[in-house]
Amino acid sequence: MSILVVAEHDNNAVNPATLKTLAAAQAIGGDIDVLVAGKDCAAVADELAKAEGVNKVLSADNAVYEHQLAENVSKLVADLGKNYSHVLAPATTTGKNFMPRVAALLDVAQISDIIAVESADTFKRPIYAGNAIATVQAEDAIKVITVRATAFDAVASEGGAGSVEAVDAVFDNDKSEFVGEQLAESERPELTAAEIVISGGRGMQNGENFKLIEDIADKLGAAVGASRAAVDAGFVPNDMQVGQTGKIVAPQLYIAVGISGAIQHLAGMKDSKVIVAINKDEEAPIFQVADYGLVADLFEVLPELNEKL
Amino acid sequence: MKILVAVKRVIDYNVKVRVKPDQSDVDLANVKMALNPFCEIAVEEAVRLKEAGTADEVVVVSIGPKAVQEQLRTALALGADRAIQVETDDMPDSLSAAKILKGVVEREEPDMVILGKQSIDSDNNQTGQMLAALTDMPQGTFASKVEVADGHVSVTREVDGGLQTVKLALPAVVTTDLRLNEPRYASLPNIMKAKRKPLETVSTDDLGVSVKRTVKLLKVESPAERSAGVKVADVDELVDKLKNEAKVL
Repeated sequence: MSILVVAEHDNNAVNPATLKTLAAAQAIGGDIDVLVAGKDCAAVADELAKAEGVNKVLSADNAVYEHQLAENVSKLVADLGKNYSHVLAPATTTGKNFMPRVAALLDVAQISDIIAVESADTFKRPIYAGNAIATVQAEDAIKVITVRATAFDAVASEGGAGSVEAVDAVFDNDKSEFVGEQLAESERPELTAAEIVISGGRGMQNGENFKLIEDIADKLGAAVGASRAAVDAGFVPNDMQVGQTGKIVAPQLYIAVGISGAIQHLAGMKDSKVIVAINKDEEAPIFQVADYGLVADLFEVLPELNEKL
Repeated sequence: MKILVAVKRVIDYNVKVRVKPDQSDVDLANVKMALNPFCEIAVEEAVRLKEAGTADEVVVVSIGPKAVQEQLRTALALGADRAIQVETDDMPDSLSAAKILKGVVEREEPDMVILGKQSIDSDNNQTGQMLAALTDMPQGTFASKVEVADGHVSVTREVDGGLQTVKLALPAVVTTDLRLNEPRYASLPNIMKAKRKPLETVSTDDLGVSVKRTVKLLKVESPAERSAGVKVADVDELVDKLKNEAKVL
């Protein structure tokens, strides 16, 4: 078996989800090559060549891949992927965008969002927002798979001795173009990669009050998240949303503040190792999944917690 | 301009799913079914584009047995002009659905196809992208804003890091994210009117598509339950437990 893992990166650094996808590839077993498609992304290719278990890094360094446009990247991945038994990418918004196109170009099914590898052709994946877990077997010759990164432990980023090989194939198109992006600037760790996540819900009452959470996050080196209710109410931007339709996180410690615990939110954080819930409503469903619950007014608790940490 | 909206019949999002005792699948017997929420947003967006004068026809299509006509009527009540049911015995997988939709695209020649980003049953998030690849259309997935001008559509996309905007030449595929719009409720007069709107049934043979399934469902289980832990009395006890019991601080 031979596996192609499509790296997620921003042309400068490797997204940690890539190292977790490599772990899924190792669980499948076989030679693992990594594709780095981007522009001026040599540093990413070099970094991944050192990752544990990587045989070869294919570096497609061209302006047409700068913004990971699905129209271009999918053709490159399908073109390279036909020589492999498995093509894997993290189930990030980037992977979710181009991978189904890859599958369609290869005329095979895609297995989305796997959380476990049972064998080279059998995988587990959540369905119905994580309310059921399906075990599926792929019969196609090439398995196109997206990987839920939080379900796998990252491979070591050092110690490997892969080679880097340039790929010259250029796939451009005249139908789609990148216009711009508004990316959240933050010194804090990325939500899906953070060891500690502290999230606020509707109980925060407004965006300014998130400062109470941010202060604690900075003390703990944590990422800040939010429930869908807090995002829909306009307290914070959408990229902070944890849940079925937002980001899926599984940190060592998840602190839910003023979050009632709708199914949609639980689907995004219930695999966290330790869950703390702070809510003044003792009937809130979040307490049913919390290891430690504190029934109290968050506006009294958060300053005190900040002080005592 | 003509907009094609593909919709799916799924379990109502308020229903708690139960796994069958024999673990063969989830139990959908006598369960309330509805229009997939993301598909509802897709219909709403198309109807708004028509109301704004950007689009002049909204055609809605669904794939599946006769029961999907119920969701097509819902979409018609929300403002779509006519409906197409592609009749199949079962719900096809994403690739087959995309192939069927490609057949519909070739017949209808829409300027834009809008789909939900994913259905809340299989959670695959594939069909729109696959359709785009098969028809060689550009795609704007996870859309939170759609603006049409000069033969192009600008799509603002919800991505992990924030928002991204792409400009696509029409015809194009757009898939909806949650914050694109808030769908309206169908009024009673519109529900009545929807019953008289045209609904055509076609077969996969009519479209020249063969449906196959290459992924076998071996088992469906309930996820591991998390049990409730303990309530702590105050912040001191919480910090103590996190440091000394859970050892995560």
